[in-house]
Amino acid sequence: MSDTKVIDQERNGKSTWKFLADELKPKGKPFTWFNIISVPVITAGIVIIVLRFIHGLGYVSNIDQEVPWGLWKGFNVVTGVAFAGGAYVLTFIVYILNVQKFKSIVRVTVLNGFLAYVFYAGALVLDLGRPLKIINPIIGNSFGANSVLFLIAWHFLLYMIAQLIEFSPAIAEWLGAKRARKVLSSMTLAAVIMGITLSTLHQSGLGALFLMAKEKIHPLWYNEFIPILFLVSSVFAGLSMVIFEGSISKKVFADKISEKNKTGHKGIIHTFSQICAFAMFIYFFMHIIVFIHGKNWTYLNSRMGLWYLVEMIGFVLVPMVLFFISYRKVNITLAKVAAIVTMVGIVINRLNVSIIAFRWDAEVPYYPTWMEVVVTFTIIFVEVWVFRWVVNRMPVYNESPAWAKEHKH
Amino acid sequence: MGVDRRNFLKALGLTGVALGTGKQLGAAPAESVEDDEFYGILYDSTWCAGCQGCEIACAEANGLPEVPLEDVPEVGKIRKTDEHRRTVINAYETSQGEFFMKTQCMQCAQPACAAACLTKAMYKTKDGSVIWRENKCMGCRYCMISCPFDMPKFEYHSTNPKIEKCDMCFERVKEGKVPACVEACPAEALTFGNRRELIAEARRRIAEFPGMYHDVIYGEHEAGGTGWLYLSAVPFDELGLNTKLQKKSYPELTKGFLYSVPSVFVLAPALLLGIHSATKDKPAKEDDNE
Ligand code: SF4
Ligand code: SF4
Repeated sequence: MSDTKVIDQERNGKSTWKFLADELKPKGKPFTWFNIISVPVITAGIVIIVLRFIHGLGYVSNIDQEVPWGLWKGFNVVTGVAFAGGAYVLTFIVYILNVQKFKSIVRVTVLNGFLAYVFYAGALVLDLGRPLKIINPIIGNSFGANSVLFLIAWHFLLYMIAQLIEFSPAIAEWLGAKRARKVLSSMTLAAVIMGITLSTLHQSGLGALFLMAKEKIHPLWYNEFIPILFLVSSVFAGLSMVIFEGSISKKVFADKISEKNKTGHKGIIHTFSQICAFAMFIYFFMHIIVFIHGKNWTYLNSRMGLWYLVEMIGFVLVPMVLFFISYRKVNITLAKVAAIVTMVGIVINRLNVSIIAFRWDAEVPYYPTWMEVVVTFTIIFVEVWVFRWVVNRMPVYNESPAWAKEHKH
Repeated sequence: MGVDRRNFLKALGLTGVALGTGKQLGAAPAESVEDDEFYGILYDSTWCAGCQGCEIACAEANGLPEVPLEDVPEVGKIRKTDEHRRTVINAYETSQGEFFMKTQCMQCAQPACAAACLTKAMYKTKDGSVIWRENKCMGCRYCMISCPFDMPKFEYHSTNPKIEKCDMCFERVKEGKVPACVEACPAEALTFGNRRELIAEARRRIAEFPGMYHDVIYGEHEAGGTGWLYLSAVPFDELGLNTKLQKKSYPELTKGFLYSVPSVFVLAPALLLGIHSATKDKPAKEDDNE
């Protein structure tokens, strides 16, 4: 509270430009562990990105004629979007089901989701061979409306707008724009409904991308239900991410989170454990049906088969049980462990479908170059930087200014 | 076998008129071709001498680097098409002796690449060519992910990369010529023409020379049917072709998903709004944080 008042007072004495200029300056200690690790990585990443544009994709990346999508697509886009699923699940709970208990974390989750999409769409552009032509499917001189990728590209775009609208009241509060805030918060519900609809479609759409690669993906991972499996898993992937991010933020941004919200957080994680356990049960069950239906047991006795079992048992069944126990025993630490195991499992699953089981039989299997890995981390680190910048300035964790509370939405 | 061949040659001479029409048909205006009546090419691998005439002509016609002299088909060596060559001939040791097989983009009737392409850069023309349009492509390589034959190739080492693949000499066909490889083939293993007629011709050959052919036309049903049609003496997997491809077209696989999109767009918002108003006025039983 006192924090926001200070901001308000500061604001009063300054012109808008002065205020913005001041806000742009870095805040906080320069030498944190995160900074020490991320700055060199980001620097290297930028150099690699420049090289990529000078010499072509093949110069920095191992993707080839048979495996044309590598780490940037498989990890930053396909995996990252699953983790960003928390935003649509949470806005559904808070705005559609009207469960107020989760309200305190809506903003940060939407912010996370928004940034994730911005940066993952950025990764997509980096990966395009002819990025300038991205204008074609957008301005409409060439609509490949039958393409799943077309659908996803548009949904990314629209969903980013929807999320920006959902988050915009926080920006208005930061700038002290009272009128704008009122208008913007009145648009929240529409944006939420739009956002959830778009999310269900593109979360499943990312799976549908691989439907035509029927013979190229190992039969243990290819099936016609990939879109639904991707959708269901995005629920617990997103919530696990929210749990994980929440426990880190609680330490890093401790001064911003009110005591009440800190205790509230336990209750939130508790409920999330239940939802995750339930969603994972459905997911696991669907996998079993697909497995039996496809008569897939013949593949089990192989290296890929073993890998499949590791994914299914180690990273779906085990975290599901952990979530369940943590819910029954009200054990928050266990829930956090389960969330981390789940997240690893999602990474494994998405990479399996998009990279590892994709042309698993290729003569030259794909391994990312170190440069691809560095760029992947660059994207994530820059995202965290921006996230931190926003959280340090706008009312995301800390309370909204007093004036904004008068008209609740 | 020798006699068979001679007989076959004679028969071929007789049908030369019919086959010739294929080449002449090239002059017909594109508009008159019906949707399922597009051009294709019949490749009879029992006739192919592995001379690489098609490869050389293809490179020349499409401005691609010359085929290196030492780069010849050999049994046990798989040469692949890439960003520098749109077609290759490979040699295979089969149950019936050594045979050659030509590979290039198959010009699918319902191409996976075109369904995948979000800019319509990949496009099936009325003539039957599946063409790539430089001014539209954004280089996402989704066409490569989707093509069941792995045919679109990407220039990974270019700053303004192109997709390379056979387009059945779209420009030449438009001018009334036959594709470069068809023109160049000295063994007459390649026949350009209306796909329906080519299938009839292929059937005729199989029926007339039963000992000579494996009783399948590869491409008649594979991936929903392709413009290129292959004949061979042995089952096609012996010649390195994928015989496990589905008979349905590949775009069919995403239809269900794509068809569901409009209904989700109508139903989901209505449903969400309904739930929202149903829960709106309930007393907040949970602790309200604001
Ligand atoms: S073979 Fe591949 S590239 Fe050629 S038309 Fe068919 S799907 Fe397209
Ligand atoms: S790489 Fe080009 S041709 Fe292929 S799907 Fe993407 S935009 Fe279309």
